[in-house]
Amino acid sequence: MIIEALIGVTFLAALVVMLAPDKYAGKLAFALSLLPVVGSLYMWAGFDAGGNALMAGSIAYETQLDWLTVAGYDLQWFVGVDGISLPLVVLSTVLSSLAIVSAWTPIDMRQSQFYGLMLFMEANLLGVFTALDFFLWFVFWEAVLVPMYFLIGVWGGPRRKYAAIKFFVYTNIASLVMFIGFMALVFNLPVSSFGLPEITQSLQAGELSGFVGLDPATLKLAAFAAMFAGFAVKVPVVPVHTWLPDAHVEAPTPVSVMLAGVLLKMGTYALLRFNFTMLPDVATRPLVATVIAAIAVVSVIYGAMLALAQQDLKRIVAYSSVSSMGYVILGLIAYTGLGIGGATFQMVAHGLISGLMFMAVGVIYNVTHTRMVGDMSGMADRMPVTVGILIAGAFGYMGLPLMAGFAAEYFIFQGAFASTVIPSAPLFTAASMFGIVIVAGYLLFAMQRTLFGEFSLETDYEVRRAHFHDVAPLAVLLLCTIALGVAPNIFFEMITDAIEPVVAVVGGGA
Amino acid sequence: MEPVLMQADQLPEWAALAPALALALTGLLLILIDSVDPDSSRPALLAGVATVGSLASLGLAGWFLSAGTGQAGTGGGIALFGDALVVDGMALFFQALFASVTALVVVASYDYLSDHPHRAEFYSLVLFAATGMALMAAANSLAVAFIALELASLPSYALVAFLKRDAGSVEAGLKYFLIGALSSSVFAFGISLVYAATGSLLLPDVYAALSGGVEGLTGVAAVGILMVAGGFAFKTASVPFHFWAPEAYEGAPAPVSAFLSSASKAAGFALAFRVFVVGFPLDAGIDWVLLFQVLAVVTMTLGNFAAATQEEVKRMLAYSSIGHAGYALIGLAAFTGGAGGDVLGASMAHLLVYGFMNTGAFLFVALAENWGIGRTFDDYAGLSSRAPMASVAMSVFMFSLAGLPPFGGFFSKYFLFMGAIDAGFWWLAAVGAINSALSLFYYSRVVKALWLNDAVGDFELGSTPTALYAAIVFAAVATVLLLPGFGPVIETAQSVATTIVP
Repeated sequence: MIIEALIGVTFLAALVVMLAPDKYAGKLAFALSLLPVVGSLYMWAGFDAGGNALMAGSIAYETQLDWLTVAGYDLQWFVGVDGISLPLVVLSTVLSSLAIVSAWTPIDMRQSQFYGLMLFMEANLLGVFTALDFFLWFVFWEAVLVPMYFLIGVWGGPRRKYAAIKFFVYTNIASLVMFIGFMALVFNLPVSSFGLPEITQSLQAGELSGFVGLDPATLKLAAFAAMFAGFAVKVPVVPVHTWLPDAHVEAPTPVSVMLAGVLLKMGTYALLRFNFTMLPDVATRPLVATVIAAIAVVSVIYGAMLALAQQDLKRIVAYSSVSSMGYVILGLIAYTGLGIGGATFQMVAHGLISGLMFMAVGVIYNVTHTRMVGDMSGMADRMPVTVGILIAGAFGYMGLPLMAGFAAEYFIFQGAFASTVIPSAPLFTAASMFGIVIVAGYLLFAMQRTLFGEFSLETDYEVRRAHFHDVAPLAVLLLCTIALGVAPNIFFEMITDAIEPVVAVVGGGA
Repeated sequence: MEPVLMQADQLPEWAALAPALALALTGLLLILIDSVDPDSSRPALLAGVATVGSLASLGLAGWFLSAGTGQAGTGGGIALFGDALVVDGMALFFQALFASVTALVVVASYDYLSDHPHRAEFYSLVLFAATGMALMAAANSLAVAFIALELASLPSYALVAFLKRDAGSVEAGLKYFLIGALSSSVFAFGISLVYAATGSLLLPDVYAALSGGVEGLTGVAAVGILMVAGGFAFKTASVPFHFWAPEAYEGAPAPVSAFLSSASKAAGFALAFRVFVVGFPLDAGIDWVLLFQVLAVVTMTLGNFAAATQEEVKRMLAYSSIGHAGYALIGLAAFTGGAGGDVLGASMAHLLVYGFMNTGAFLFVALAENWGIGRTFDDYAGLSSRAPMASVAMSVFMFSLAGLPPFGGFFSKYFLFMGAIDAGFWWLAAVGAINSALSLFYYSRVVKALWLNDAVGDFELGSTPTALYAAIVFAAVATVLLLPGFGPVIETAQSVATTIVP
């Protein structure tokens, strides 16, 4: 029942905040958003699932109720978490609360609608990460788009309309492609419901039949391609990443935090759940694996190079997300315990660190009203605390040991290096490692230009210290990042437990 | 102890017509009230009576539906007046739909007509038209079908032209009337040909005669069926008799547009479903399934593409309503006899969801007209900052009409297309899905205008019309709740549709 309570309370909170007066909406939204945080931590404390939810593992906090029964298929209210989804649930609740606090300063109009939509989005995100019925999952998945569209389109920067519509069109078409691919699978399986566990197990038992002249293997390949294409847009990987920088740059800071921190993880989470768990025999074909590994490496390198070329701090962080998501894809396709485990861990780690970076850039922007590298220097002089945290976060991004990013990337590299699925895995791994060098390059370069040296700033605004409530979320995120870096087992143990069956199917090893 | 509630099966048989009678009596009562005291206008009383009447009809239909009146469990459809009318699950399902839309429209009109002198006439015309629709859903004979169709149409002509000082309204009424008269005559002629070939007007008898083979008269019957289909194409605003719809919807008062595009269209489908499924066998000299396949594809494609090029919101909605007629036609286009009840039911469920979301959308236009802001997309720019609640509701309608997942329209379309695939017509579903994806383009233009664009000038919005607001919000809540609550709707629709398949 706790998952229903979590989602229900968040929806209710969204409604209450939507109707509250603008003046109190921010504080009220933060207070109410603490309820799901407490709930998700409570879920973490009492977590008792074992194995993978889709592969006959035990599911924690499971509820399964019939919703509709039509044309031979049961649609269910079927929710629960395993070691893959619980870390993402915790990430969503924590990051939502902090994003709400970070909105107190920059959001100065229509506050109650803004915070209501943030909470509405959080509720749907929780649904995405807990739903175990395809239809239920798809409803939540699509419902996340609607608040995001408004959040970018109404409160965004000068080109907000273009960015919002581009985001909406890209991800919506992607969803349609994915939907068709998945349906093609389900209708040729002897299943009686849209429950993801049932579908997964039926697929792995080899029960797929052909469809209008396609033999099962071809149908699987086609469905895999359709679903990969659909999710790849959400992740995003090169070359379907172009909506991301536009959306990030135009979105207000708190929305960027949610977009980079949680929404991108929907794509990688879905890839892991659908493509890599349901269709391992397609993913491990040498050609498919090579293509995916190549896409991953290109995303890592090309994303980093693009970041290197930017002048806008937010654009730098946005492109570096493309790069970081490339590591996740590489870890997933490695099909080793450390590879997929590290990729899942990276989802959380990147969520925290990119959230931190976007927030820090946002705090600087609140004060200076510019994000251009060339417009400022010596910010460390005026905003020592913010800048200190920003530097710490940047080092986390570069993979400083004892921070979450290091653990995640180390797992991924080691897992990918040992991969038997990717042909010439060491080569791909080595190539992707160059990404780290470029990351270090652009982050150090940008920080050196903006944060240190003589203070100067081209702006008409008076530069003052940041508010306590602007800096506090940064500190919380930094602490979380360090905690996960020092003790990855907060999540990594349950992640390993949940991905073990996925790896075992292809014999990928640790 | 005495049972507190009367049981539906203890009522006399004629009481099965109660949902239709409630509408008719309310219409008469409104005229009576007006004739007793024609000089004072009494808006609240008239609107109240009309609302109570339509809600009573809704309540009765809902009660009968849940009690199983006329369904397989209680002995099947109740035939009345020498089998000319039959009250079964399908009739009640549609009557509930008409009553819901009527209630919404009547409530919304309270504000829309605030300075109009002829309120009683307006409400009674709406209720008489609704009575005609309720009878269309129950017609079991071609003669009753024709009379019911006329009963629904004649008040509609008057309603479209109701703003008699508005040139657009009058012109729309005239166009609607001319095309309506033409298609009525085509319809009547078709009936006479079918009668000539089969010797009966009762649908089951027509079916028996046609399946037995009508020597030498197959061609006559086929032409008759084709002409009857033309009559339905008019009422449902399908190609090729769709020309009146954009004109009539645009010129008519917006609540009337809502009424026509939701209830009247659904009534056309109610009649078409029964007449074709019960009356005309699949091999009756003409392959009417193929005919509806062509009509469905052309109607949905034409409606969608025309909607995409409109600059006025109301006209866009009019074309979108033609597109939705194309989707609903899948119910007949993918009909395959025995197992056809499922896709027919999916079509009925879609019409129900459509009834709420489309009525709501037109009522939002009514709200905009009431405030006197313009008609184009640009005129709606930035409206969300002044009317956030109504704008949320309108966004819900638009996304639901486009078939986005978090709303009722997603499921109804999904089941419709799946029904077509199950029946073997996957290409029909594919055309529907492509059209549906395209439709997001023009629906999202409204949302974009409302929320993303900045207002061009200052809005001089008058007072908040409470009743209109209430109707819009209610329609929005229903559209959202039809997602989790879609189970009972689709199950009822499919089970009652299955029972009419001979």
